[in-house]
Amino acid sequence: MRIGIACPYSWDVPGGVQQHIRDLAEALIELGHDVSVIAPADEDRPLPPYVVPTGRAMPVPYNGSVARLSFGPLSTRRVRRWLRDGAFDVLHVHEPTVPSLPLLACWVASGPIVATVHTAMPRSRILLATQPVLRTALEKIVGRIAVSEAARSTFVEHLGGDAVLIPNGVATRRYRHAEPLDGWPGEGGAIGFLGRMDEPRKGLPVLLRAFEVLAPARPGLRLLIGGNGDADEQRDRLPEELRERAVFLGEVSEEDKVRLLHSVDVFCSPNTGGESFGIVTAEAMAAGLPIVASDLPAFRDVLRGGQAGELFAAGDADDLARVTARLLDDPARRAELSVAALDAVAGYDWGIVAQSVLSVYETVVLGRSAVSLAQ
Amino acid sequence: MTWTIIVLAVLALVLWGFYVSWRASRLDRLHNRTEATRTALDLALVRRASAAAELASSGLLDPASSLLLADAVRRARQAEAAERDLAESDLTRALRATLGAPEFRAELRAEDGGDAATELLDEVEKAANQVFIARKFYNDVAGRTLDARRRPLARVLHLSGSARPPEFFEMDDELTDGD
Repeated sequence: MRIGIACPYSWDVPGGVQQHIRDLAEALIELGHDVSVIAPADEDRPLPPYVVPTGRAMPVPYNGSVARLSFGPLSTRRVRRWLRDGAFDVLHVHEPTVPSLPLLACWVASGPIVATVHTAMPRSRILLATQPVLRTALEKIVGRIAVSEAARSTFVEHLGGDAVLIPNGVATRRYRHAEPLDGWPGEGGAIGFLGRMDEPRKGLPVLLRAFEVLAPARPGLRLLIGGNGDADEQRDRLPEELRERAVFLGEVSEEDKVRLLHSVDVFCSPNTGGESFGIVTAEAMAAGLPIVASDLPAFRDVLRGGQAGELFAAGDADDLARVTARLLDDPARRAELSVAALDAVAGYDWGIVAQSVLSVYETVVLGRSAVSLAQ
Repeated sequence: MTWTIIVLAVLALVLWGFYVSWRASRLDRLHNRTEATRTALDLALVRRASAAAELASSGLLDPASSLLLADAVRRARQAEAAERDLAESDLTRALRATLGAPEFRAELRAEDGGDAATELLDEVEKAANQVFIARKFYNDVAGRTLDARRRPLARVLHLSGSARPPEFFEMDDELTDGD
């Protein structure tokens, strides 16, 4: 099958949607399909052979933060050319309600179009989506996929039509084994965090406050933090005497990310909102780590309501400290959670997920001609 | 002799009184003008948001650009007073990102049905320019009012009464990139 995938966010920046697309594309290629991904990306940077870049994405204010997106006449022309050259059997757009390439692709294409929604959309943005120009584009979608129940309700309640629930995949093999970083986890235990530090919804400040509660009674306990952002600013949130016990790695490579996961005793996902599927959390599960996560619906799903990882009240640093302390003191519970996490995450492996996505493709191409440019 | 001194002193006091009252009414006028220019600035911002909203829903732009603009308009309209400057600056950035290149605007005007495009774009450009001017005027008057309030006489005699000191309105209002 010839499959065209449109990615909304800059390929150069690590992110859940980009990683989803990369893993899906690679799993589909492994299954013997022709895949081309169009994405905002710098042409000068090395890219996987299946990625078609549309040039450096422009930073614009959107949805309360600054996002790197591709839009406008130049991007539209590139999407057209990509569709014409690709002659795809199916077009798969991701986050079609984000103002970027996937929305443009919906707009200019006709034929079998599949859309995946990753993030639950707040009501206010759905009202925007009722604008005629958007509605025309979004109405062309014939196959709908949601990565979580929360994302699915966006389709059902607001965009019309039901969606197939296909959770994110995890390349579980990639996370199973790795050498810990030198000197980790150490005697006193270590807590891990991965995610952008300057994004408040990722919840790093909650973890830092919990660490402040935990640290005095546990002199050897350390934090290992990976992700983009200003480390000094975050470190300054801690009292002076604790600062050297929080180690910031900055942006980590794929390889170091896996090593980070194998360097800690407990992994923490303190997100305060906005997460539709905790991809990072699932990766930590694939590394066999005991998880402590905030009780957002998405984490509740992945962690089987608390059976495959501990949940705490989102945003509540004291609750996080209490739950983490209990885990740090109980190696047997940690081992139990590790096994449960590996078991729970096996169902999310990309090999399985890509098969489910393929059956959606196979359904939408039935009785339809291939993807073409709309008039 | 003493009479002369008394008369002179009374005269000086009366003159000083006039002077103080003139200063007070000048401050009052400045405050009124600040308020009036602020209203003008608010109206200009509202006009710009409406023009941008109309452009976003016109179908003239691609849907991604439309959505970006509509999102920025909504945020500007709903912004709390304290975040107004940031939200309006974001709207400027969204306008610049979608319309920033003058060649693109020329292209839109030249297309079929370019009349509607010309009208919408003119309105956006005019409204954006009005924001630029209204903000200049407002900040100018606000600055002079603040200066006048800061003078020792105005402070000691509390000439500004209950009028609140005006605040400068700082925002990014350059519609076109790099010129």
